[in-house]
Amino acid sequence: MNDKFSRKIFCDGMRDGFPIALGYFAVSFSLGIAARHAGFTPMQGFLASLLNNASAGEYAAFTLVAAQATYLEVAIITLIANARYLLMSCALAQKFSPGTPFFHRLIIAYDVTDELFGITIARPGILNPYYTYGAILLAAPAWAGGTACGIIAGNALPLRAVSALSVALYGMFLAIIIPPARKSKIVAALVAISFALSFVCNYLPGVSSLSEGTRTILLTVIISGAAAILFPVKQDAEEAAPVKANDSVQKGDNVNE
Amino acid sequence: MNNYIYIAVMAAVSYTIRVLPLTLIRKPIKNQFIQSFLYYVPYVTLAVMTFPAIIHATQTPISGLVALIAGIIAAWLGAGLFPVSVICCVLVFVIELFVK
Repeated sequence: MNDKFSRKIFCDGMRDGFPIALGYFAVSFSLGIAARHAGFTPMQGFLASLLNNASAGEYAAFTLVAAQATYLEVAIITLIANARYLLMSCALAQKFSPGTPFFHRLIIAYDVTDELFGITIARPGILNPYYTYGAILLAAPAWAGGTACGIIAGNALPLRAVSALSVALYGMFLAIIIPPARKSKIVAALVAISFALSFVCNYLPGVSSLSEGTRTILLTVIISGAAAILFPVKQDAEEAAPVKANDSVQKGDNVNE
Repeated sequence: MNNYIYIAVMAAVSYTIRVLPLTLIRKPIKNQFIQSFLYYVPYVTLAVMTFPAIIHATQTPISGLVALIAGIIAAWLGAGLFPVSVICCVLVFVIELFVK
């Protein structure tokens, strides 16, 4: 089976988790500044990030806490800002082999984020949870630590450094979506359409006043839904790849044969 | 209002959203529409979140735009996660030394 512990797979996860951790540290550093405005101590910021692992969700919640919102309001904004993780978890649920022990689902659920989801789903074949654990091992502490540092150090880090580090995450996104786009014209077109519509929605009156999280959900559902109707994926295409062949596929995947 | 209760509320909501689909959907989905939909979701979500956010993340839109284009080219040519990220970061840093 492909869901057993293997040092190589765990290290693969750590390798891919490293740039994520780097980007997380930079992003959560600025998140820490928002947490400080909400009156969070470094310890509280560390806890909040360790337990939430959500950039937009935490930011929205911190802003509300700063405005002395009720617990219910904070719960609702967290739900809305993080709703896209519901979709991601649905997709991840399909990556699990039915034979993989149940408790792995409970652990993986701890850190379903844009980035960790991205690298996990990009692995061919069924999910080996230890790959994701390797990435989480670096990413989660960096995320929590960055928040705490942001609260402590405030604006100490030069703005230019924050600016440069903040694109690390987007670089990673590109590395995930572009190689499949090169192989499939449909995926390439979807990426282009997503860029275009996201850009339009960012400036369109009315739509642009929605939160970024809500816009992401709406666009994801509409574009993916339309694509699923117009270009249904052939069921056999993914399942045809035998599980045994995964290792060789994975090796080849990084150099993009 | 207690900050620890805020944190507990946030954490409970965040975890519930993630754990419910993972634990409730145990069997492979056979429906072709849902299958296709879930296949396209990651690419669309990540693309939507990348642009135009990347040009707002930097101090000047130009450095973000250059990082975007360079990142696409590097990934197209087969660079992995880390190299693409580094290329984007370095470009932004260097460009912002000159453009302000």
